[in-house]
Amino acid sequence: MSAKPERHVEGDCRRVLTELNDYVDGELSAELCLELESHLDECENCQIVLDTLHKTIYLVQHLDDDSQELPDDVTYRLFAVLDLEGYLPEQAGDVKG
Amino acid sequence: MTGLQIDLDIYKDDAALLQGLQNGERDACACMLKRFAPRVYAVAMRMMGDPHEAEEVLQDTFISACKNIHRFEGRSALNTWLHRIATNAALMRLRKRKTKEVSLDSSIESLDGDDIPRQIEDWAFYPADLALDSETRDVLEQAIATLPDTLRTVFVLREIEGYSTAETAEMLNISVSAAKVRLHRARLRLRELLTPYFAEPADTGETP
Repeated sequence: MSAKPERHVEGDCRRVLTELNDYVDGELSAELCLELESHLDECENCQIVLDTLHKTIYLVQHLDDDSQELPDDVTYRLFAVLDLEGYLPEQAGDVKG
Repeated sequence: MTGLQIDLDIYKDDAALLQGLQNGERDACACMLKRFAPRVYAVAMRMMGDPHEAEEVLQDTFISACKNIHRFEGRSALNTWLHRIATNAALMRLRKRKTKEVSLDSSIESLDGDDIPRQIEDWAFYPADLALDSETRDVLEQAIATLPDTLRTVFVLREIEGYSTAETAEMLNISVSAAKVRLHRARLRLRELLTPYFAEPADTGETP
């Protein structure tokens, strides 16, 4: 099997592309939905774009901020600006903004 | 952050923390920073796309929160209230930035050449199987940071912070249709930016 040929979005695909956002958000009219789905049935490129667009949205909506860490230097400056340096570990006194 | 000189168990939940904050207890203030600053910083980073300005938003947020804590009535979660302050602080800074810089992104209300998908490859993951490890998170955050302000702000407010399209449009003082187009453009550009990372390797037909 050879490498995948380069593929481009053209013609009808471009028109479908403008409607894709409303389709993904479930805001496209029934009539336009049918039209778009009929195109998707025949167009592998647009199927891939739609699928990867769904995955993009899924990924972003599953960013979990609870696992975020605040960089130490940012932490130290934040505590300092609120006059709360006393709560920082002693070695923090050496860090300056 | 390591080794804070405070016992975080003093304030077991939001209600206890809020009580402490409204009583002016410094322990409560330190505890609020420890508990919520990382999430506020994440919001600020996404909105500003720049670590220095994100830090300024972070500081603005907690200075404002400490000053106005007596006005907070607890109708929403403390975290939600802080997110709202951070979002407003970021929007104020972005408005100032907008007046300083002339946008190069003039045709923002319709799709342009940069929005047309060029990389049309399947992605080698199925959402249900994917745990967002730190590498994937970094790739995502970096991709979001590269979006122009006009697209990134709509995207973050609507897609990550969970505001409706109408709320997003109002916050940014743009029309609902403009907000929709910008969201679409941001999603398409992100898809394009993420494709090299997630695309299935091409089958070259060579024997390993």
